[in-house]
Order: sequence, then structure tokens, then C-alpha cells
Amino acid sequence: MGYQLSHSAFDDYLHELSKEYRLFAPILQEGKGKFALTDVVGYGEINSFDEMVLKEKSYFSPKEIFYPIRETLFYFLNNRVETPEIDIKPIIIFLRPCDLNGIKRLDTIFLKNGEEVDFYYLRRRELVKFVMIECLEGFDTCYCVSMNSNKADNYEAAIRVTDKEILLQIKDESLDLLDGQTIDFEPDFIKENKVKVTIPNVDDVTKETFNNEIWKEYTARCIACGRCNTSCITCSCYTMQDTKLSDDKRIGERRRIWAGCHVDGFSDMAGGHGFRDKNGERMRFKTMHKINDYYKRFDEHMCVGCGRCDDVCPEYISFSKCINKLNEIVEEGKQND
Amino acid sequence: MTNPYLPTVYEILEVRKETDIDYTFKVSYEGELIGGQFMEISIPGVGEAPISICNFGEGFLEMTIRKVGRLTDQVFELTTGDTLFMRGPYGNGFDLETYKNKDVAFIAGGTGLAPVRKTIDYFSRNQNDIKNLEVLIGFKTPDDQLFVDDIKRWQENSNVTVTVDHGDETWTGETGLITKHIDKLDLSDVDNKIAVVVGPPIMMKFTTLELIKKGFKEENIWVSFERKMSCGIGKCGHCKIDETYVCLEGPVFNYIKAKTLID
Repeated sequence: MGYQLSHSAFDDYLHELSKEYRLFAPILQEGKGKFALTDVVGYGEINSFDEMVLKEKSYFSPKEIFYPIRETLFYFLNNRVETPEIDIKPIIIFLRPCDLNGIKRLDTIFLKNGEEVDFYYLRRRELVKFVMIECLEGFDTCYCVSMNSNKADNYEAAIRVTDKEILLQIKDESLDLLDGQTIDFEPDFIKENKVKVTIPNVDDVTKETFNNEIWKEYTARCIACGRCNTSCITCSCYTMQDTKLSDDKRIGERRRIWAGCHVDGFSDMAGGHGFRDKNGERMRFKTMHKINDYYKRFDEHMCVGCGRCDDVCPEYISFSKCINKLNEIVEEGKQND
Repeated sequence: MTNPYLPTVYEILEVRKETDIDYTFKVSYEGELIGGQFMEISIPGVGEAPISICNFGEGFLEMTIRKVGRLTDQVFELTTGDTLFMRGPYGNGFDLETYKNKDVAFIAGGTGLAPVRKTIDYFSRNQNDIKNLEVLIGFKTPDDQLFVDDIKRWQENSNVTVTVDHGDETWTGETGLITKHIDKLDLSDVDNKIAVVVGPPIMMKFTTLELIKKGFKEENIWVSFERKMSCGIGKCGHCKIDETYVCLEGPVFNYIKAKTLID
């Protein structure tokens, strides 16, 4: 069912929701930009509609709301371990279709890759409901249509925001806290982005593609800062980290922290041996995961085309251009066969 | 909801010195294990690391650990009666059925002997289960030798060659890289001979290439990979190679698969 609400009526609705849920949306984070005295749009908790920033793409994805950058897994207490409690107030996240698709990828890795279910991911993820923000224009670096991630249906409610009003679709009845006349409203989806990518067919990607010269360009350009990893809605890798809470090694804390395949040390083993020393090899590794390897396991691509990696790269490396270049060399390879 | 990340405390039953930097830790353990699987071991507040199981039996398992990092430095301070935390086992391990009644050569380099030790030992003790057991082991120097007593025992009923990269004045055995000694194996029926190769990446690469040159079929070669698994359960991403997760589908791979994996 749907409702047509003025901005202030929608604000009242958010206030009602906030009694039961913590509300997260893209907001302006003042002074948190890349440079001094600049702001950035990121995900944060809101109390009212006017805090939401919808005219820009959020610099970071919403993943950190339920997959924290650093999370305590448990405490060592002498000969036993104890898992800390978390805030169990349910959460509502306002997000675009690309991110909804990205979260499906995170769900797959944490809940379906291998036989074990990730306890820490699931206990936070189960608290979350989604309100999809209709996104018809996209932004300069988006290529969600090429990735089939422009549409989503895994949400509990959706909104269309205009200057005049807000149209609200509610699929989960528990979120229907409104009286008054209902309307029919279905959100629409973007049909074309400015940026388009062509993904090479996974069967056409060969060993030669791995060894192609194009990766050398990225060895020269990438500085291994890992911003593409941290901003990506689908990057899920992490590393264990322990910290001592007593000198006798009886009390300690185990955490996990986000890790990135572009960052030094990601593949290092004890004794010093590592893989992918060159940054171009890391670019190749990430690219293949996003548009090749993941597909082979789960029949869909990992990348959802949100374009954040292009937005955040300090070296102006464009992932969409990389995909297209890769497609060109794969096509050339086929012709040469 | 079960939490696969929680480790359990286990008692150390015995610590044996193999070399100055490799100790074998015997730990109290009940449960099913397969040679070649690994455990995630940890010390509170220090860290966690994947360590392969080199031996197991009624009520215990053993791991040979090299002192090379923050965690293993601390593990080396542990002694009989102390405890450490573990979770696992993880990985596929060496399936004995693959090698039963076959002509098999186990080829190991350095600490690569640890993950395959149990499987060699099983066949050495159960000669009726294997058509022909051969072992080729390489160490850097005589001082780096592991499982010296086990190797002596295996030599009593099998063709076991030990080579060192660099000998010293007391060394009377073979010298040179493992790849130089493939000919010491019985290659009379190489079409049906199985090889298991475990060691540092560079050793595995050149050994498998040499085996193929000598006529081994690719499908008869098995390798075991070492990677830095943070989780062991397919989530952390550290051991991923292409679409393969070493912790889930490995660490033991057939060469047909292994040769396609590009780090």
C-alpha cells in the first residue's frame, strides 16, 4: 500500500518509526571530508527528514551500519571466552537500489559461502529493515544498469522524494503507522546511466587475460590506499586482531577489522611470503573477484555499479573504464584465436 | 545460533624440539581429524593463526610450529601443562582413499612435511593399504631436518630419500634441490604413479613441472596450499584464489585444479 505525504507529515512518520527503530540515512558529516574544512556525505543516524542528503551519492556505503569497521568478537577470560551483547534496537536504513543489491552480495558471503553462518553478521543483519530511495537519475560515475543492479525488491518500504511531497510504498505492514487515505505507488527504477560497462563473458576470461599488460598500468597508478575497498558496498574481507587486556595473557579481546585486497599485507603469511606484491596484480585480483570469480560461485556479479570506487580513488582510477578495457582485450583475444 | 568463531581451551601434553625454530606441540584433543587439515590456534590478546595438523591419535593431536611471527613467538613460550585456544578442524585434508592400493610418492619441502606427515606415517604403518610408498624430502640444511625419528622408521620399509640444499662437514646424505632427485623414485609405471607435493610455493611449482616432464599425469599429482586464513570458514577473503577458497575447497588440490589458480 502507499501514501502521499507532505514533507512534514513524512517527518512525523519518521518520529513515530524512531520510537521503535534507529534510523540511518545519508547525512552531511561536517568537517569529515578528505581535506581540511570540507564535508562529506556518509551514513549516520537521523531524527528528522531534513537531515537526509539525497542530492549527492554517499561517499561511504551503508555496510558499516551492520558490518562495523572494527567489531569485538569476544573476550578471553582465563580459560573461557565471552561474546559481548550488542544494541538490539531494530534498524531502518534508507538506501538506493544499488546498495540493496550490494547487501545481497554481503549476505551471500557471510551467510552462504561455506557451511558456516557468520554469527556476528547475522545477529546485526537480522535487526535491519530497508527503505529504498527511488533513484531515477543516478550520478556521474554510476553504472548500475549495466550490472543489473538498478532494480531491487528486497526492501520493506520505498520512497519517492520530490520538492513538494513524498510518496511512500509500504510492503512490511509492521511499518504502516499511518492513518488516512492510501494510494497506489510503486517506485520506478533508472533505465540508463551515463556510464556503461560491458562485462566480458566469464568463459572468455583466460590465463592470458590474467597476464595481460593492462594490469601494469595500475601498478604505475594505484598507491594501494584501499579506499576502493572501504567505500565498496560489496567488499567484505576482514582480518582478526587481538589486543591484550592483562599482562599475563589471561584476559584479551579478539576483534575483526575490515581488510582490503589492495592494501599491503593482505596476503602476507608468517615468515614473510606474500602474494600480489605489485599493485596492478591487486587491481587484477579485485577486478576478477567483482566481475568474474564471484559469478562463477553464485551466478551473479559481485560489483553492483555504485561507482564509489571511482569517486574515492585519489589517483583517479576508474573501475568502469577498467572493466571496459578488460572487455576489449578479451574480445581481441577471441579474434586472435 | 552457533558461533563458529569461538575457540576452546586445550591442554598442552608435550612439547618436542625438532630444530631450533620448529617445535612439535602435542595437545589434548577429542574428535575426528584428517591428515592435512588445519586448526586455528590462538593465544589471548596475541592473535590467531592457521596451523596444520601433523599427527593425531586417541585423545591428542600434534602440530609442528615454526617460530616466525608474533603469535608463534608466544606459542614457543608454552610448555607441558599450559593451555592454548583452538577451533577447527578446517579444510579437506588428504583423503586416504585417493592413495590406497596405489604407487605413491610423497614429496615434501621443509615445513611442508608437517601437513603430510600423518598420511605418510599411516601408509608406513599400514603397508598393506598401499602398493608402493616412496618419500622424497628436502631441507635447507641438516639442522633444518624435521621428524628425524619418523623418517628413520619410514626408511625401514620404504624408499625414503632425504636431501639438503646445503650440506655441512658431517652430512653424508644427498644434497641439492628436490627437483634433482626425482629420478630416485621408482618411475617404472609412471603412468599410474601418484605424487603428493607439499612445500613452499616455489618448490611446489618447479617440482610439479619436473614431475610432468618425467611423465606423471596431471590428474595423479596432488598439492597442498598454505595461505593466511583469518577465519577458516569462507568469510574473511584472505585465502581466496580466483573463485576458489583454499579453506573451503582446499588446502589439498588436484593439480588439474591447482594449475589454473593464479594468485
